[in-house]
Amino acid sequence: MITLQHMLTLSGLLFALSVAGIFLNRKNIILILMCIELMLLSVNFSFVSFSRFLGDLDGQVFVFFVLTVAAAEAAIGLAILVVLFRERGSINVEDLDTLKG
Amino acid sequence: MFVQILFYAFSAILLAAALGVIASRNPVHSALSLVLAFFTSAALWLLIEVEFLAIVLVLVYVGAVMVLFLFVVMMLDVNIERVRGGFIRHAGLGLVVASLVAAQMIGVFWARNLGVDATLGAPPLPDDYSNTRALGEVLYTQYVYPFELAAVLLLVAIVAAITLTLRQRPGLKPQDVAKQVAVRREDRVRLVTGVDAAGTGPGADRDASPRGGEGA
Repeated sequence: MITLQHMLTLSGLLFALSVAGIFLNRKNIILILMCIELMLLSVNFSFVSFSRFLGDLDGQVFVFFVLTVAAAEAAIGLAILVVLFRERGSINVEDLDTLKG
Repeated sequence: MFVQILFYAFSAILLAAALGVIASRNPVHSALSLVLAFFTSAALWLLIEVEFLAIVLVLVYVGAVMVLFLFVVMMLDVNIERVRGGFIRHAGLGLVVASLVAAQMIGVFWARNLGVDATLGAPPLPDDYSNTRALGEVLYTQYVYPFELAAVLLLVAIVAAITLTLRQRPGLKPQDVAKQVAVRREDRVRLVTGVDAAGTGPGADRDASPRGGEGA
C-alpha cells in the first residue's frame, strides 16, 4: 500500500536532488532552468499527493495552475536565454557581469 | 503488493533520472533525462489515480516545454567544457545542502503529529468516479476566474517570448504593410503625355511628377 509518507519522501528527495543540481551546475543557465523545472515537479508531486490522500480536489486545481505558470516561465526563460546567447555568445553565468555584481 | 513494487520501481527510475539531469556532461542528455523524469512522474500519478494531471503532465511538459528546451539546447552552440567547470569544487557544498534539505523535509513528513495520519493509504474512490470530470466541475465553477487569469498569463507569455526573440536583420527586405496601405496614387501612377510642340515631352513630365514612393 502506498501511503502519504511514501509520496512525500519521494517528493523531498526529488527536491533535494534539484537543489544539489543548482549547486553543481551553477555556471550553466540551461541546467539551472532544468533544475527549476525539477523543483516545480517535486512541489507538484506534494500537491497531488496531499490532494489525493486527504480527499481534497483543490490541490489538483493548484497543480493545474502551477503547470500553466511553469510553462510560461520556461518559454520566457528560454527566450531570454536565446537573446542572451545572441548578445554575448555564451551562457556562462560568470560572463554576466555587466552590473558589476 | 503489486502496486507497491510498481511504486518502488518508478521511484527508483525517477530518482535516477533526476540524478541524470544534474550530473550529465551534455545538456542534451540532461534534457532527455528530464523527459524521463516527467514520464515517470506521470506514471506515479496514474498509480495514485490522478489521471487528468498525469496526462496533462505528459502533454504539456514532455510535449511542449521539453521540446522547447531540447530545441534551444540543440540550437545554441554551447561550449560545454567551459560551462562545466567547477563541478567538483561545488560538489561538497551541494551535497551538504541537499542532504540538509532532504533531512529536514523527510523529517517533517515522518513526524506523526501533523494533525494528519500520513500512514494511511489513499481513500478508495467510487466505481464511477472520473478524475477529469471532478476536476472540471471545480475548475469551471469555483475556479473560473483564476482559470481565465491563467489564459491571460499564457497570452502574455506568448507575446513576451516573441517580442524578446524577434529581431530585424539588416539586408532583408520584409513587407511593410503599413507603408503598402498608406501609398497614394501619385506615388505609383505617372500619366505620360505625348510629345507636343512646346517640348515638354515624357522626359520633362518625369521630372515633375512626384516619385517619393520608390525609395520608401
